[in-house]
Amino acid sequence: MNKPENLIENGIRLDGRKPDELRPIKIEVGVLNRADGSCYFEFGGNKVIAAVYGPREVHPRHMQKSTSAVVRYRYNMASFSVEERKRPGPDRRSIEISKVSREALEPVIFQEYFPRSAIDIFVEVLQADAGTRTAGINAASIALADAGIPMKSLVSSCAVGKINDTLVLDLNKDEDNYGQADMPVAITKDGNITLLQMDGHLSRDEFREALEMALKGCEAIYEMQKAALMEKYPAQLEGDVIE
Amino acid sequence: MAELHKDYIYNLMVKGEREDGRAFDQCREITIETNVINKAEGSARVKIGETHLVVGVKIQPGTPFPDTPDQGVIITNLELIPLASPVFEAGPPREDAIELARVVDRGIRESGAVDLSKLCITEGEKVWMVFIDVHVLDDGGNIMDAASLGATAALLTSKLPAKRYDLGEDSPVPIRDIPVAVTAVEVGGTIMLDPSLNEESIAGTKLTVTSNQNGDISAMQKSGTHPLTSEQINYIVDIAIEKAKELREKFLVI
Repeated sequence: MNKPENLIENGIRLDGRKPDELRPIKIEVGVLNRADGSCYFEFGGNKVIAAVYGPREVHPRHMQKSTSAVVRYRYNMASFSVEERKRPGPDRRSIEISKVSREALEPVIFQEYFPRSAIDIFVEVLQADAGTRTAGINAASIALADAGIPMKSLVSSCAVGKINDTLVLDLNKDEDNYGQADMPVAITKDGNITLLQMDGHLSRDEFREALEMALKGCEAIYEMQKAALMEKYPAQLEGDVIE
Repeated sequence: MAELHKDYIYNLMVKGEREDGRAFDQCREITIETNVINKAEGSARVKIGETHLVVGVKIQPGTPFPDTPDQGVIITNLELIPLASPVFEAGPPREDAIELARVVDRGIRESGAVDLSKLCITEGEKVWMVFIDVHVLDDGGNIMDAASLGATAALLTSKLPAKRYDLGEDSPVPIRDIPVAVTAVEVGGTIMLDPSLNEESIAGTKLTVTSNQNGDISAMQKSGTHPLTSEQINYIVDIAIEKAKELREKFLVI
């Protein structure tokens, strides 16, 4: 696609969304048999699958911590997930994304419950359409819950960006390519921010507004994550639900 | 670092003090020296407190990326070599080095600091490739800000070596903006600017904010496992923009 003249006209974006509207989300919990927990997450054109293994033994042994679990996160893009074939294997981008995504989830995991063990999170991006790291974090957070890992909260994530000087929620690929800013955010249920990155151009006031928008978007995603988990585990919900 | 020392820094913080006597929003002393490497097209030596690094810029003609045939290329690299700290190890860059390099790169790229369209020699065939290499020599904490300052300072003094490649006269690298990164850490709910090595090691989270000449934000990166509140983030953004302005006026004049 060539650069369109306007990415947003009369408050409607090229894909028909309003500025503060998320792309459609589809969540399936427990889609993999071998993994301890898993989740398939569709976020607009993104298709990602997350698997959680553990707590399990740490290999290599020297990585283990005597007082808590180590959390490892591997974000990987399939070579066919993007327009131009991506060379398989980790690159600098995916190493950075793995790091910040792991740090987005670590604060909600009760790592001290599992000394000398590993909690491994694997995220595969099968189809990419801007916002893969946020989709990966959303999926991983559900997969952790599905694996029965004790957590303080779910983590919900989405991005805010700027197109034609307008702040918009959850950029798609064209908006990301031709837009002016991109800012992925992840939060816990009580609104603590565990991931924040930004590139592009935002004034101080725009940043403030963007952060507010991102928090609202994340809250909406949280409700969907919760609903997906409740649908998967109705039997467990007959007793008291702990909020 | 010993647990005792961590407690010491933490207790000082509760009293509103820092180990080296600075205020929470005060940077350590900074010195920048440019043109320190004659063989490089631009270079800078930066010291922030005990942190010490050298940035070299090498520029040579190369082929543009297929999706941007009329634009030059900037590649930023940073290595945490074992010379700089007992905890750094030899081998390919690991995630912290990659993150540092990518955040420095993002600040320069997204602020439009270098006019990439002016780095085009022949469209689709030949453009200037700008390699920014950050060499950390002594890790005294906050490598991020030192690397970003060094990269910008080195770019400001860089020349396109046109003569060497029979492409006309040498000229300065076309600079449009001066991005400056400022990093703050959160320790037990308190925000401290320009963390020292000890402060960095007990910090839950770092937030780097790179801002440009008119005080807008070009890049941001939260790094570390501790969450931040919106209030904390907004506060850091405000002081980082102010601090960046001071640093720019003091060190980085076009």
